Amino acid sequence: MTAPKDNLQKPTLQNALELGLKQDEWEKIIELMGREPNFTELSMFSVMWSEHCCYKNSIAWLKKLPKDGKHILAKAGEENAGLVDIGGGLGCVFKIESHNHPSAIEPYQGAATGVGGISRDIFTMGARPVASLNSLRFGDFNHPNTRNLVKGVVKGIGDYGNCFGVPTVGGEVYFDESYNINPLVNAFSAGIVELGKTVSATAKNPGSKVYIVGSATGKDGIHGASFASADITEDSAEELPSVQVGDPFMEKLLLEATLEAIDAGCVAGMQDMGAAGIICSTSEMSEKGKVGMKIDLNKVPTRQTNMKPWEMLLSESQERMLVVVEKGKEAAIEKIFDKWDLNCAVIGEVIAEEILEFTFNNELIARVKPVNLVLGGDSPVYHRTMTEPKYFEEIKKFNIENIDEPNEDDLKAIAKKLAAQPNIASKRWIYEQYDSMVQVRNQTTNMPSDASVVRINGTEKALALTVDCNPYYIYANPEIGTAIAVSEAARNIVCSGGEPMAITNCLNFGNPYNEEVYYQFAHAIMGMKSACEKFGTPVTGGNVSFYNQSSDVGPVLPTPTIGMMGLLQNHENKMGIAFRKVGDLIYLLGKNVNDLASSQYLIHHHGVKNSPAPYFNLDEEFDLHQLVREVIAEKLVVSAHDISEGGLFMNLLESAMINDLGCDIEMKDDGMRMDALLFGEAQGRVIVTVKPKHQAAFEALCKKDIVPVELIGSVTTGDISINGVEFGRSRHFKTVYDNSLEELMNAN
Amino acid sequence: MKFGVVVFPGSNCDRDMIHVLQDVMQQEVKVLWHKDHDLQGLTTDDCIVLPGGFSYGDYLRCGAIAKFSPIMRKVMEHANNGGFVWGICNGFQILCESGLLPGALLRNNNQKFICKNVYLTATHSESALTRNILQDDVLKIPIAHAEGRYYADEATLKNLKKNGQILFQYCNEEGDVTAEANPNGALLNIAGICNEKGNVFGMMPHPERAAEEDLNNIDGRKLFESLLNLNLVEQ
Repeated sequence: MTAPKDNLQKPTLQNALELGLKQDEWEKIIELMGREPNFTELSMFSVMWSEHCCYKNSIAWLKKLPKDGKHILAKAGEENAGLVDIGGGLGCVFKIESHNHPSAIEPYQGAATGVGGISRDIFTMGARPVASLNSLRFGDFNHPNTRNLVKGVVKGIGDYGNCFGVPTVGGEVYFDESYNINPLVNAFSAGIVELGKTVSATAKNPGSKVYIVGSATGKDGIHGASFASADITEDSAEELPSVQVGDPFMEKLLLEATLEAIDAGCVAGMQDMGAAGIICSTSEMSEKGKVGMKIDLNKVPTRQTNMKPWEMLLSESQERMLVVVEKGKEAAIEKIFDKWDLNCAVIGEVIAEEILEFTFNNELIARVKPVNLVLGGDSPVYHRTMTEPKYFEEIKKFNIENIDEPNEDDLKAIAKKLAAQPNIASKRWIYEQYDSMVQVRNQTTNMPSDASVVRINGTEKALALTVDCNPYYIYANPEIGTAIAVSEAARNIVCSGGEPMAITNCLNFGNPYNEEVYYQFAHAIMGMKSACEKFGTPVTGGNVSFYNQSSDVGPVLPTPTIGMMGLLQNHENKMGIAFRKVGDLIYLLGKNVNDLASSQYLIHHHGVKNSPAPYFNLDEEFDLHQLVREVIAEKLVVSAHDISEGGLFMNLLESAMINDLGCDIEMKDDGMRMDALLFGEAQGRVIVTVKPKHQAAFEALCKKDIVPVELIGSVTTGDISINGVEFGRSRHFKTVYDNSLEELMNAN
Repeated sequence: MKFGVVVFPGSNCDRDMIHVLQDVMQQEVKVLWHKDHDLQGLTTDDCIVLPGGFSYGDYLRCGAIAKFSPIMRKVMEHANNGGFVWGICNGFQILCESGLLPGALLRNNNQKFICKNVYLTATHSESALTRNILQDDVLKIPIAHAEGRYYADEATLKNLKKNGQILFQYCNEEGDVTAEANPNGALLNIAGICNEKGNVFGMMPHPERAAEEDLNNIDGRKLFESLLNLNLVEQ
């Protein structure tokens, strides 16, 4: 057979290097194809073999993560997102994904299309998205670009999600100078599907027609996947065409039309067009079904005239799907998409031979085996070397004795400062720009809880969703820090009344060719593995984002964000964080530790950047979660809130100020430093409140357990008093806590 | 009374409204598609709801394209014949664009989308939408919009006041209509109005998001109960 012709200059090794491939990869391509690729084919390899599409530098480690579980219906790597059986004939599809580099260059569109992309991953499987969350990282407020990035990203997420009609129910945000140039934008989406109505991203039945539906194809986002796999540089702004442009209105129509087509039995297989556009979806769907496809690029609806074939193949235009239609259902699907005024064009058909053939103007322009392109096929797998980071030496030198202990007056001032610290203060300025209530499911609007509780309408069940990652802990100790991230996610879910089910992860790191970065990555995976095994929460998928670094500040803090899905069998078991009533008893579950390590207090008040991860014990953590679940299920507590950033003080304040209450605390200190008692971030602690009439039953239940439990005080009318230190009204702190971020955003 | 809920491309509170009307209020609902040329047998005894969302992507201006849809011709006829029409959020914007209600909804004065609980007070109990709401009731109902700043010229405002067309005003938790309680800069803290005949209602807050115990807020139910003229025993 003669080689396909694309009428472009024959590529060389130099071109391959310019497209981001390595020399040995160029040689491997020639070996796999049995000939040299033409330019179009080389472009296909360059995007499909980018880290973003084939995880070549991470897959060896990702495979170590647990992915089996009794509720898991679609495992990591099998479909666009994980699928978990939640009973009653329903499944939950959920995933988190990064859109960091586009957001660094064009924050508004970068963040918007991040939300769009993750949402399509959910509804391409037949699920209706019911909740969005996000995990964001920005630079220091002293950096001139931070405010613009925050404004753009938040507006992008809001405008897209608000119009699309999926509530943004939760998230987390940290500010640190390591993210000055390279912010992180991780978008999480969860959807609900009737089991039996799920759609697989698999092509099958040779002779079936292949359709492209949704938006027309334009020149936006070409080589976006390769772009996501390179360091951000000063010149990155010149890469603007690599950033996609989103249209949430189109996405909303695509959602409705797609779900209608699935309901009507038209869809044999479907995959959204994300990174690497048509080439990615045709190759992945074909490889999964062990078939091939013939695609005529002249049939692709385009937004611009004179688009070159390789541009159509690689375009990352948003709001498109590739659909293999059930034979005989062609007219039916066309009618549905016509109803919604959307494109629905036949661009080719499934063939039995495992080959992808692309034609343009009746000429064969590219011919590649799907298996050559995809992850799990012939895409490269690298085992990178690693070195323990040098900064660990500094961490080992840390000694709590060298940290000055503040006097009582200082403690009060520090408490106020911490309440205003942007990593701790309310993110109200951000979340009020998101529609958090559309779909009438969000049960945390009027009852804040540690995880977001989302009702599954028509059932008694609810999802509990959270995203967590304290990057300072990971930096201090990637293995323990990541185990903490998983534990905190699970803790948030149990405190809201749920049972942890499964996780998705978004692994944001620097350049993997930097051995210290790779050490952080590999150890993060080890920590995630041990914690996920302990909690019985398999990893259903996610995304790896390397190359998050800049020449100015180096790699970002290692940020393996955990998105966890939990389940409430009955949403009446949901639990909030707010103190309810004066006189309710306050208990500490877990134990205080004389520990300041990696606390916001240590970092921001003392300026100590290098200290170990905070106290953490995985077994104690697990036991604590079982106890919390039990006391909630037995309806013996009226609030539950875990201790995290800002320590015990912030925990009590957050619970007190919602209903303008206070607390009177007198607890054992075992000779602990007062600053460690108030602001230390030792893990494995939850504060609950108990009605006096339930005291005996609560204590009886706790006695059977091995978790330390201490009655530490009671809810009062409005003053916060802890071991003799009087902090004053919670209301005064609330003003600071609520408005601090807005003031920072408005300051010039 | 039956209900018709219009679905425009980009409507996203249609399902919420249908859920509350059917499952919470136990009412019969017809779903009206924007390309339809009839009201599926609904009469002037019935109420047509224009739900929230981003009809036609809110391109050009919120509600500006929706007014040209085939179904809106029928909705206008229905309104002119005295049938109830209730527009919420984007629905309110469409009613103003269509001329069924006076005034306009401008970009919030902070230039941002705002989603949060706000407090409302009913100006009087004379309208079909407020007859079950007492003078000192303070309703907690959420807003979610970027263009909700009610604006009208002096003469129009004067008429609205004179005719009792102002139905809801933003207030604080104690029920006082103050500048601080105004979330978007609406003139006279206006959150909702009706036409002169009292059969067309528009409001920015979302009562359907505050109608269920599961969501820990049922203040919005009072509007549905008023409209249905349910005689409830006050506690």
